[in-house]
Amino acid sequence: MLTDLGGWVIATVVALGILSVAAGIAVFVVDSMARATFALLASFLAVAGVLLALDLVYLAVVTALMMTIEMAIMAVFMIMFMMNPAGLMPMTMVHNAKGSAVIGAGAFAGLTVGIWTVDWPTRDVSRPADSTRQLGEAIMGSHMLVMLVIGIGLFATIIAGTVLATARGRYDRFGADLAAEHPDDPVPGGLPR
Amino acid sequence: MTAELVLQVVLTVAAGLIGVGLFGALSQQTIVMVMMGLELVLNGVLLAGGAAWYFLAPDLPDAQMLVVVALVVMAVEMAMGFAVTIAFYRARQIDMIDMASDLRG
Repeated sequence: MLTDLGGWVIATVVALGILSVAAGIAVFVVDSMARATFALLASFLAVAGVLLALDLVYLAVVTALMMTIEMAIMAVFMIMFMMNPAGLMPMTMVHNAKGSAVIGAGAFAGLTVGIWTVDWPTRDVSRPADSTRQLGEAIMGSHMLVMLVIGIGLFATIIAGTVLATARGRYDRFGADLAAEHPDDPVPGGLPR
Repeated sequence: MTAELVLQVVLTVAAGLIGVGLFGALSQQTIVMVMMGLELVLNGVLLAGGAAWYFLAPDLPDAQMLVVVALVVMAVEMAMGFAVTIAFYRARQIDMIDMASDLRG
């Protein structure tokens, strides 16, 4: 168990846990949206550190790498679209903050009560030598259906994302019945059908 | 500190992340900030899944699969969220959900 690894691991897990929640709170406190993005990244990296301490090496590395790139993309989107990305003009862009705080605190309180009142089972089972191997064998074996569904979901996401983000599709260029002889382009010279 | 206590502390941290994320997703007006709140909720799910694997069922891969699914949900949420942001901005030059409240179902 974790206690076998020594007290410093527990101390690290607790410190990273506090850091992740503090960074999560900072996301909604700082003025600058760029800073909020990096606060969210700090929260993700702290959780990745906890996963690393819990022997989930592969998932920790995937979380850290994926979230670093994701937050970099998010920072770009902030600067492209948001009205106050640098936080130079302090402004609060919230609605129903009090009700949201009540719901958030209520969810936290309900979950915490459950966590500290449930009689957690103590299982003395053998730990796999390599958690990554266990996950890989599950993905390619007993849990393959999960990965198949994930694959279809990601493929649908690719199509839906492209459809939503496309400015002018073929129906804009050739009409609703796609029967136009020449495409209706703002600048002529576009590709034919 | 017993292992069970560590499990409860880690799960409490995950509950804190879920609570903060829920507050953000419900209170923020900017679309990207709403997405950040949802990401924080999923961050809590990641942490809870990892803790469940280590402390409750390390001999089974199910909790690890839950973490993988949560990671995929994060990626899908980001991709679709950004696509919706682009579509909104193209159609109306808006970046706040209150300006699109006529889309309420």
